[in-house]
Amino acid sequence: MLYLNIIVAGLLTGAVYGLMALGLSVIFGVIRVVNFAHGEMMVVGMYAAYLVATKTGLDPVAALPLVAGGLFVLGYALQRGLINRYVARPEHEQFLLLLAIATVITASLLMGFGPDARNVQLDYAYDSYQFGPLLLDKVRVLAALGAVVGVAALWAFFRLTRTGKAIRACADNQFGAEVVGLDVKRLYAVTFGIGAACVGAAGCLMLLLIDVQPYIATDYTLLAFIIVILGGLGSMPGALLGGLLVGVSEALSGFVIEPSLKSAFSFALLILVLLVRPQGLLGRA
Amino acid sequence: MKHRFNRRQFAFGVAATGAVLATSGSAGRVRAATPPIKIGSLLPRSGFEALIGQGCQRSVEIAKKLLPDLGYSFEVIDADTESKPEVARTQAEKLIRDGANILVGAFDSGQTFAIAQVAEQNGVPFVINIGSDPAITEQGYKYVFRNFPTSVMLGSNGLSRFNDLFKASGTTPKTAVLMHVNDTFGQSMLKGINALMPKLNLPFQIVETIAYDPQAKDLSIEVAKAKAAKADIQMVVTRLNDAILMTREMVKQKYEPMAIISPGSPGMYQTQYLKVLGKYAEYAITNVPWLDPKQPFAHTFEAAFKKTYPEEICDIDAGFTFEGILICADAYKRAGSTRPEALVEALKATNIKDRVMLGGAISFNEKGQNVNLPSACVQNRNGKPTVVLPAENAELKPVFPVPGWSQRT
Repeated sequence: MLYLNIIVAGLLTGAVYGLMALGLSVIFGVIRVVNFAHGEMMVVGMYAAYLVATKTGLDPVAALPLVAGGLFVLGYALQRGLINRYVARPEHEQFLLLLAIATVITASLLMGFGPDARNVQLDYAYDSYQFGPLLLDKVRVLAALGAVVGVAALWAFFRLTRTGKAIRACADNQFGAEVVGLDVKRLYAVTFGIGAACVGAAGCLMLLLIDVQPYIATDYTLLAFIIVILGGLGSMPGALLGGLLVGVSEALSGFVIEPSLKSAFSFALLILVLLVRPQGLLGRA
Repeated sequence: MKHRFNRRQFAFGVAATGAVLATSGSAGRVRAATPPIKIGSLLPRSGFEALIGQGCQRSVEIAKKLLPDLGYSFEVIDADTESKPEVARTQAEKLIRDGANILVGAFDSGQTFAIAQVAEQNGVPFVINIGSDPAITEQGYKYVFRNFPTSVMLGSNGLSRFNDLFKASGTTPKTAVLMHVNDTFGQSMLKGINALMPKLNLPFQIVETIAYDPQAKDLSIEVAKAKAAKADIQMVVTRLNDAILMTREMVKQKYEPMAIISPGSPGMYQTQYLKVLGKYAEYAITNVPWLDPKQPFAHTFEAAFKKTYPEEICDIDAGFTFEGILICADAYKRAGSTRPEALVEALKATNIKDRVMLGGAISFNEKGQNVNLPSACVQNRNGKPTVVLPAENAELKPVFPVPGWSQRT
């Protein structure tokens, strides 16, 4: 039963990881730009949720639509005003641009909030659900539910709405999309906005699990890369699967082998998948 | 022959005496106004250790205000190591180029090592405020002085307080889980603990040792593993964020050992820990050097600190950083010169009895290490880290075993 507890905890954490990585996957899948400021954008989402919670008393889960909306606008503006100029440029230039954006975000957060770790005090922060010997952390359950709802909403958007279908058309064939009259630049901006909104939503949920500091971003950028490469770059279900896999593998390796080897195990899993299936578990060759 | 003063002679005499007194007075002022020594302060004020670096900086600011009133003449040139040894090195070199006569810093052992090498190469004295790697004072350096316990001393002094705690409370645990951060500090503490446990005749056995990543964002698995060991006490070697994560998980997983005790690591006595965890931060025990509640100078320092930073806790980092500046200023006061040789000689002869931390007078052995740095048993009580042992310095009696999570109000 102890193992079941460990696996369930890993799955719950993995669901949030999946939502976080989803934004990266969406942006890369459509625009073919690797967002190296991904973790930093999540941290912006966390600080936004923190600000909303401390100024208005709104729970980070309730603040999720607001924060996701704000991040959508930020992502849209960023793509429209800056990144769009780099879409056709060499990859190393895109890399430098996004790295610069990441540095600016971290430095701005440090100036604005200082280096102190910040969190939101919730009434239910220490609650847990007990089902016989199975002990579920309430915060983690909420975060995972939020992540699943977020992923489902995104899936519905891409499958059922005209804009979603248009974005998928852009991802499949940019030239063809332009030929049929789609406004590709606007759709790219919408896509980047959606990616940013995803990561903003993940930030709200992550704030339930960890304290926010300006310097935590890099770790999460790296984690998001592991997850999307595991699941398959550009694949939405792949991102979720990758998140769950990383969550469970971290939990099990931490418990069975050695906790300090958790991250090493994620990387080992990544190497293994790259060797056996370079396009990722659900990626297209 | 009798000589009698007339009024004119008397008036002349008074004027002459006044002139002499005035001259000596101005000479005194000239002495006080001699160029202050330039102390180069190196702290990790940004980067991953920024939180603690900024905390240490608060004490530097207090020293700037408090010590001149006590007759110390100095100015501080502040530098940021960005939590990186390579930056610490270049910043130390820059400070020396900018005219720093003596260096003080740098909280972290890796950065301190880099600065010590620069100080030694340039023949500039360096006073370590915080940095516990024993190797720093084992290099035969002539210009390096440390007023902070080595990790071996920290472990030994901290562990020896366990028996005092059990004796004072009349409860003796049989087993312990050791959870430690897996970085240089955590590893050296682990080695120290493993080596000292048999020598100190501690009554409990460590049944499980759990190492975790210093950058960990989630410790649920580690805590589950600790809980599964069903040990009496949870012994920890933490930093700040992981200490918060760990305690939070312990509450969520309803893991209630007799107490959480650290043999000498940061985290549980820090402001953020107390602020974030509230009632769950209560009763956590850390055996570390601490401000001596019985020292008048400690009260002066703490009052000045609290006045300027009412929200912050005047802790070990604050105390040792303040003493670092005090040691530099005191050496200059006695040396009367900024020549490195004179300062080194003065540092060797340091004997500061009016200090803020627990222990005897500040002095250095032939290796430049202060060995008068005992640990106190510090327990979080009523939202404040409080000395509970040794009894002669204690403000309150220790509580052990501690109340369960649900029994706290």
